[in-house]
Amino acid sequence: MKKNWPLWEVFVRSKNGLEHRHFGSLHATDAEMALENARDVYTRRNEGVSIWVVESKHITASNPQDNGELFEPAQDKIYRHPTFYELPDELKHM
Amino acid sequence: MKDKNLYNYILGIADNSLILGQRLGELCGHGPNLETDIALTNISLDLFGQTRSYYQYAAKIAGNDKTEDDVAFLRIEREYRNVLLVEQPNTHFGYVIARQFLFDTFHLLLMEKLQNSGDEHLAAIAKKGIKEVSYHHRFSGDWIKRLGDGTDESHEKIQEAIDGLWRYTDELFHVTEDDALVIEAGIGVNVSQLKEEYYKQVSEILTEATLTVPENKYFAKGGKEGVHTEQMGYILAELQYMQRTYPNMNW
Amino acid sequence: MSEKEVKNLEAIFETRIARDEKIEPKDWMPEKYRQTHIRQISQHAHSEVVGMLPEGNWITRAPSLRRKVALLAKVQDEGGHGLYLYSAAETLGISREEMYEQLHTGKAKYSSIFNYPAITWADIGAIGWLVDGAAIINQVALCNTSFGPYARAMVRICKEESFHQRQGYEILLTLCNGTPEQKAMAQDALNRWWWPSLMMFGPRDAESPHTEQSMKWKLKRKTNDELRQQFIDQTVPQAEILGITIPDPDLKWNDTLKKYDFGEIDWDEFWQVVKGHGPCNKERMNARVSAWENGAWVRDAAMAYAEKQEKKKVAKAS
Repeated sequence: MKKNWPLWEVFVRSKNGLEHRHFGSLHATDAEMALENARDVYTRRNEGVSIWVVESKHITASNPQDNGELFEPAQDKIYRHPTFYELPDELKHM
Repeated sequence: MKDKNLYNYILGIADNSLILGQRLGELCGHGPNLETDIALTNISLDLFGQTRSYYQYAAKIAGNDKTEDDVAFLRIEREYRNVLLVEQPNTHFGYVIARQFLFDTFHLLLMEKLQNSGDEHLAAIAKKGIKEVSYHHRFSGDWIKRLGDGTDESHEKIQEAIDGLWRYTDELFHVTEDDALVIEAGIGVNVSQLKEEYYKQVSEILTEATLTVPENKYFAKGGKEGVHTEQMGYILAELQYMQRTYPNMNW
Repeated sequence: MSEKEVKNLEAIFETRIARDEKIEPKDWMPEKYRQTHIRQISQHAHSEVVGMLPEGNWITRAPSLRRKVALLAKVQDEGGHGLYLYSAAETLGISREEMYEQLHTGKAKYSSIFNYPAITWADIGAIGWLVDGAAIINQVALCNTSFGPYARAMVRICKEESFHQRQGYEILLTLCNGTPEQKAMAQDALNRWWWPSLMMFGPRDAESPHTEQSMKWKLKRKTNDELRQQFIDQTVPQAEILGITIPDPDLKWNDTLKKYDFGEIDWDEFWQVVKGHGPCNKERMNARVSAWENGAWVRDAAMAYAEKQEKKKVAKAS
């Protein structure tokens, strides 16, 4: 047999109100163990109130080679940002 | 009940955490992989944390400026009151998990009762400890199932360990003379009443793990009265090495 | 890809690094960058994991409960740091098992300092103070290195390590404020750990062939000699507070250069240990190999169990 333990990605919410953030990865045989290992490895210093684990192979990642077509078209759409609009300084609450 | 009875009663609980923590401490850096190594060390750290709370309280009861370290390091073997189960060696990972599981199941039942102790100090320690011990119990129970229902080899190894350690389980429910007085005072837990529930829970998990519940009816005891197995001397030799070689110093 | 195209990509790559942009695992990278990073990150991870051994030996013998839990937590942290680093290396397409294989067969190196024995309690203090002190100097610089996963692992590690050195120094401080016997124990530890600690920064710049490339990739921010000097300059005053003597008769403050001059390092000893003939090379490797081999049935069992459970789940669903 000799199958290695799969890799998991760990996401931790450090306190309620904040999003889960990617903390790192680890090896585990199943989701239950991945959660326990994540608890033991990544929250030893009280870093979390909630953990997500997902097996790394289930993550679909965009390819950096496509970054041009994926992300550059958004660069010049500056009208999506509030600073694009010129308004008088006296104007309040906007 | 006298202070001496309470002191001994506390050691009867605390010494289990000390000696099991020490055994797990031996494994740090030698686990089957990093994740498991780190998890076992967390358990060890929890146990030492509990040990310190108990010993600080025991030292206060003993008076004479005794410290937690005096209690931990400066007794002779006959004065340690841990059960024989926790002093058994890390023969292989199966023994580590079996020892942990057989102890955790008891430990959790004990903490659940001790949190209602008439002694507020002990109740507080138990309340805090219960969360830690629940996790230990979950961890060791999960591993019992993994090893029991894993490969043929692991099944055989964990069964061997359960069989080997079974004879130390009965002692967990033994009530000493000190214990009886402390129980009477509404402070101690009558562990003999936990026995049925313990074997029920243990059997459930062993069965789920496709393991056979041992039928051995011959049990060993003595740890609670300070009569230990031959393992104990070696544990204490390491534990006490510094304090005995360099007496009366601060570290 | 043609040679010209590769050259072109390399040029873009180097400009990105020069602009302080981070490189992420899926980005194109020169093969040499990948290999160098696998080598360095795994070597770093191995050092953490082998580094658990000399200190781990003292967990059962720590002289007080307070020291025991601190040491246990520290050694555990080292395991955690090894884990973070192996994970970072894994993003480059090598498995943890392959890295272990390289360690166990002697193909991969780890920090030579862990081939020295920890024989007294004061050694635990000296390791925390000097060895962690030297490591921190290297690691702080690496928080800014160009490879994203490595840099992020280092940030986490540096944050966690901050108690390690303090823990070691406090041990020595207690010894130095204790009995003459305790102070002598501290001095003896300093005598044995001082020179090996200086060796941790590697060979002199003139004999360090990879420095230029490593500086470009921000795997190094300062040269070996610069880091060594920084370590000495910050450590000498700390030794003075302890009241113990650094075992170097040539050590003295150079008021012109505003730094300490120091004596010659025994480079023969350095190379002897690097080549596998230090006091504990064999013991350390044996310990790692047996932990891994004795754990094989455990890892296999957990995997087999998970597969059985998965099958049961699938069978139930269908």
